[in-house]
Amino acid sequence: MVDVQFRFRDDEAVNDSAVTVDAFTEQTNATAVRIEPGDDARALLPFLDRLRLIEVNFPAWTDGRGYSSARVLREAGFTGEIRAVGDVVIDMLSHLKRCGFDAFAPDKPLNPADAQAAFERWDNVYQATADGRQPIWALRHQS
Amino acid sequence: MYKYDSYDQQMVDTRVAEFRDQVRRRLSGELTEEQFRPLRLQNGLYLQLHAYMLRVAVPYGTLNSAQMTVLGDIADKYDRGYGHFTTRQNIQYNWIKLEDTPDILADLAKVEMHAIQTSGNCIRNISSDQYAGAAADEVVDPRPYAELLRQWSSFHPEFLTLPRKFKIAVIASETDRAAMRLHDIGIKMVRNPAGEIGAQFYAGGGMGRTPMIGPMIREFVPLDQLITYSEACLRVYNRYGRRDNKYKARIKILVHELGKDEYTRQVEEEFAHLLGQGIEPPLAELERIKQYFVDPAFEAGASDELDLSDPDFRLWVERNTHAHKQAGYVIANVSLKPVGGIPGDASADQIRLMAQLAKDYSFDELRVTHAQNIVFPHVKKADLYTLWKALDEAGLGIANLDTLGDIIACPGLDYCSLANARSIPVAQKISERFGSAEKQAEIGELKLKISGCINACGHHHAGHIGILGVDKKGVENYQLLLGGCEGADTSLGKITGPGFDENGIVDAVEKATEVYLSNKQDGERFLDTYRRIGMDPFKEAIYG
Repeated sequence: MVDVQFRFRDDEAVNDSAVTVDAFTEQTNATAVRIEPGDDARALLPFLDRLRLIEVNFPAWTDGRGYSSARVLREAGFTGEIRAVGDVVIDMLSHLKRCGFDAFAPDKPLNPADAQAAFERWDNVYQATADGRQPIWALRHQS
Repeated sequence: MYKYDSYDQQMVDTRVAEFRDQVRRRLSGELTEEQFRPLRLQNGLYLQLHAYMLRVAVPYGTLNSAQMTVLGDIADKYDRGYGHFTTRQNIQYNWIKLEDTPDILADLAKVEMHAIQTSGNCIRNISSDQYAGAAADEVVDPRPYAELLRQWSSFHPEFLTLPRKFKIAVIASETDRAAMRLHDIGIKMVRNPAGEIGAQFYAGGGMGRTPMIGPMIREFVPLDQLITYSEACLRVYNRYGRRDNKYKARIKILVHELGKDEYTRQVEEEFAHLLGQGIEPPLAELERIKQYFVDPAFEAGASDELDLSDPDFRLWVERNTHAHKQAGYVIANVSLKPVGGIPGDASADQIRLMAQLAKDYSFDELRVTHAQNIVFPHVKKADLYTLWKALDEAGLGIANLDTLGDIIACPGLDYCSLANARSIPVAQKISERFGSAEKQAEIGELKLKISGCINACGHHHAGHIGILGVDKKGVENYQLLLGGCEGADTSLGKITGPGFDENGIVDAVEKATEVYLSNKQDGERFLDTYRRIGMDPFKEAIYG
């Protein structure tokens, strides 16, 4: 199993091994699942309360389906760990985080300084997404 | 026009810093070209046949003169003294060095410009009606909605690695001047029976190798749900658009394969869910943006009189101007299509001159059109002759808008690594043969569009006459299409038959115009005659 390189959670690390979405729905005791790009994240919604970890795999970083998967899960109220695994690159980090990812386990470890800079890149954002940040339009019209 | 606040400026400055860092990692070898490619593309940087090409965004085609001046300066400083205005209302530079690009972006950021998402598999620069805010026939100025969508689509974290590129157009009049239904999403601002403004959505249009006219998927989206509905359209596409074959990855294929009704059903379901997610900016934000698009200070009671005693000026007024909503004013088009020239090219000096003239005579505003021309949207009729004289002295006073001389052409094999054939020399030959004032007067409105490959950047499907360059066993070959149109009555051109060589295609165009001239009835344009008499008489003349 690839190490988690970055994690933005205070709870205990989850080391449960993840099963596929197909296998998961058959195994009522599994607490971790891995979503592939073609999987429908909404298939997991009835089971969110017993999941501690959802891994979202990026076989190629240019396939952006995993971003939607993470947002769908967060919008449904999932508060467990959503971990990006696979071909995770520096330039995705801030966008992944905005879509609700809070752990990152890249196949190839990333340069920590570059990753740090990427996470901190955007002081403000234009959209309301899954990270709870106030978008620019909200800041413009507050008070 | 829109002005950045400190937030907008910060976003663009941050992007410059991010891209500078990406270029650093590429130059140091940390990133391979393969890894760098999607990153540079999201910043409009292509690797062409001879050099890098940088495409700079002109959001909804609107520019002020300070911005236009910088576009001219960049052409001088970093390129070979010219720029190329594109069918996406943008400008591109063809001779760029990779290591210069962060500095170019920094220069652009100083005048509130950028190259964000002008390429790549993301939401591209949003296009609009080049006469927005000036035309008499619009329901409302479409640009505030385009600006709202610009901010929403900029760095949208969920939609930066879509199956394929995604183009949005926003218009607000029955006369569609932006080819709205040939976009991934077309939005038409409309007024409902209750008198409220809202957005009518079309999805799944596009050109490329499988041209399709987008069907309407929703008649009316209220203004306080515009972003939410757009997000629903994009999420369904991001999740279910095909990724197994890049030629089937555009939303038009998804809409076609699912069927309009099923795609719409999925969007509506996602939309219902997203309405509860609080992602819609308040209407106050739209009101804030609208303030930047109020009318300029038109002079009340300005005279509608024009002295047309100069015959060249008269011709230009007839051809290149359009009615303005304000009495005493007119919309003036600058054709970037001189006889024998490269469609859409302008020199640095010409660009700066247009900037100065816009400041003097058009309330500091310019537009870029998808037909690769420039518009002065608000010219007082009393100033029109002075403006035209100044343009004409710089080679910009050509009277050929929407005629056979006003060709749309992609860069083709002279620059583009995707092209199969050259477009520019064909455009030049056609404009030389048909460019005279007499020919143009005889033939009238005839929109001719040339693409150098099936990706259709030159919009050949939507030309009254379209030309598609292909590679036939290593030889450039040109196919002829007739009957395309991008307006409110959008139609796709049909291919006439076997292709031609470079000279043959020019002859074939001539024969097509002869068929038109011998068959036309009162007041008919080429397109009208074609629609009435059909393909056969043209085929006979061309191949018979």
